Amino acid sequence: MTTKTKKTTKNSKDQNEILVNVENLKMYFPVTSGVIMQKTIGQVKAVDNLSFFVRKGETLGLVGESGCGKTTTGRAVLQLYEPTDGKVQFNGIELTELNANEMRAMRKEVQIIFQDPYGSLNPRMSAGDIIGEPLKVHKLVKNKEEYRDKVAELLSVVGLSPYMADRYPHEFSGGQRQRIGIARALAVNPSFVVCDEPVSALDVSIQAQVVNLLEDLQDKFGLTYLFIAHDLSVVKHISDRIAVMYLGHIVEIAPANELYFNPIHGYTRALLSAIPIPDPTIEKTRERIILEGDVPSPLNPPAGCVFQPRCTKKDKCKCSETTPVLIEVSPEHWVANCECCMSK
Amino acid sequence: MTTKTSKSTTTKKDNVLLEVNNLTTHFFTQDGVVKAVDGISYNVHEGEVVGIVGESGCGKSVGAMSVMKIIPNPPGRIVDGSVTFEGENLVDLNESEMRKIRGNRIAMVFQEPMTSLNPVLTVGRQLTETLELHQGLKGDELVDKAEELLTRVGIPDPRGRLKDYPHQFSGGMRQRVMIAIALSCDPKLIIADEPTTALDVTIQAQILELMQGLAKDFGTALIIITHNLGVVARYADRVIVMYAGKIIEEGSAEEIFHNPMHAYTRGLLASVPRLDATDHVRLQTIEGLPPDLIAPPPGCGFAPRCQKKTCKCSETPPAIVEIKKGHYIADCKCCMTK
Repeated sequence: MTTKTKKTTKNSKDQNEILVNVENLKMYFPVTSGVIMQKTIGQVKAVDNLSFFVRKGETLGLVGESGCGKTTTGRAVLQLYEPTDGKVQFNGIELTELNANEMRAMRKEVQIIFQDPYGSLNPRMSAGDIIGEPLKVHKLVKNKEEYRDKVAELLSVVGLSPYMADRYPHEFSGGQRQRIGIARALAVNPSFVVCDEPVSALDVSIQAQVVNLLEDLQDKFGLTYLFIAHDLSVVKHISDRIAVMYLGHIVEIAPANELYFNPIHGYTRALLSAIPIPDPTIEKTRERIILEGDVPSPLNPPAGCVFQPRCTKKDKCKCSETTPVLIEVSPEHWVANCECCMSK
Repeated sequence: MTTKTSKSTTTKKDNVLLEVNNLTTHFFTQDGVVKAVDGISYNVHEGEVVGIVGESGCGKSVGAMSVMKIIPNPPGRIVDGSVTFEGENLVDLNESEMRKIRGNRIAMVFQEPMTSLNPVLTVGRQLTETLELHQGLKGDELVDKAEELLTRVGIPDPRGRLKDYPHQFSGGMRQRVMIAIALSCDPKLIIADEPTTALDVTIQAQILELMQGLAKDFGTALIIITHNLGVVARYADRVIVMYAGKIIEEGSAEEIFHNPMHAYTRGLLASVPRLDATDHVRLQTIEGLPPDLIAPPPGCGFAPRCQKKTCKCSETPPAIVEIKKGHYIADCKCCMTK
């Protein structure tokens, strides 16, 4: 077991292929009281000291339960929130230090696909206008003809017909709307796309269509994804590596298969066992770890190891005093260094 | 091969609790008649866990709401069929007779723990309402029973929490309260309509284990309606697959998952990524969309998405046949070929 307190030591080795590097990212939201004289009475530590990297062309999955900060992470990486602290490097450029104009230009490279296919499309804009807006904003087309061609091309790339450009969002099904959202993200030819729960709102057979589309687009355009979802089966299917989040912290990062076949952290094991496999024979013999209690409030997170209130073996170690750091237990497999969480 | 209608007579045992026969529920809207549930028939035996799966809009929830007769009318109405529960046809009962059954002998757990509890009443009040109505309990007896119920579903400090309002509970805790309410009168049947869809996975596991455990302890039959195939594989004894308002396949969980016959069931199973997969296999998709239930295809509902379409199913709706003991399928040749 090699202890590396900072992941940057590892990162510097293969810096050339790392596209996005996040270091000690913190995103705290103030909680205020009062109407005119607003006072900050507390902080919601949505994301606390997060470090990870995404390699060029890979998919990093981010899983966790609701409220664990996975969406906040995605948005803070794209500077849609201004992070409280920490560094976000994209292709060696420090995003947190860019001003508004520079960041707007940067958005050509980094895009996002939103969760809700109903709420994320303007109902008063036609599909063509929605997809074409980024082209106009970034002045990527010279004339109307080029604009029309580009929109038609984008529609066919995501599996829609060019004649659908004049339709409005309400005329599309959920899966088709998600395709429009994907086309909009791809309009500017980004290299990095944050997929924030892109399939959670869709039915299983439609979900498979969109997952396949995302994989095809990755192959075709060499995209890098940060794939955020709560459904570990989907994340495991699409991701090369998976980071498991709990209450604003990453508790484990590993290659997808390694995480499933050799989970180390107590929370990862519980999460995996909670997900039923569609096979009654396997289900009969599977070990189930049922966690007690709920996720604590990020307004008042436990000191030390965040998982400690739900941990069954917490008496054994001192994790309630010191915050565990990620260590590399085997190549590419990082776990929060908490003795009780790591014991079986 | 026997047809479905004779199923109730051939395999009918004494312990059939619920018998749904040709249940048809339509919604009369301005755009036309939506055939949400179109002639479904199934049985639920005592103490059995039945899973009903299908995609959104396939009629699984409307089917369950029709059993409870809580279809909003207008626009919805049960236009045909019968629901026989312990020998009584629920479709013929009037509202006051029905009220004696709801929450008492058949209970329901709804999908959204956020909206299915009344936000302006304490949890204690909502819990005691059913007990007061159906069992005539009063005073301390009522509070004691409510406390016992909350203890049973694993809520800490039950006495104190009776005075709390729903917003003071987390999602998982609210769903526990819903289950406590459902259990309060020792029902014979609990219908759980997407009981864990709104919950996180670790909480989902807690709630489903709890429901299964309690159902076993009290010999309650359970209908779990869900779109999550994993949940069905883990908890259901028997599985019913619905598509476009009809049942297309029914069988034991082992049969449905290991030997699925209908093209839709097979497609559904292949479109879900499996957690235990070692290699990356491309997901299979079912092309197209489910049909519009205002103008469903005249024959087999799956025909527009079927790859083969070699048989005459697009003209006449397929009947349900038993191809193996306990395994029923819509008799459509092209859907059944691999």
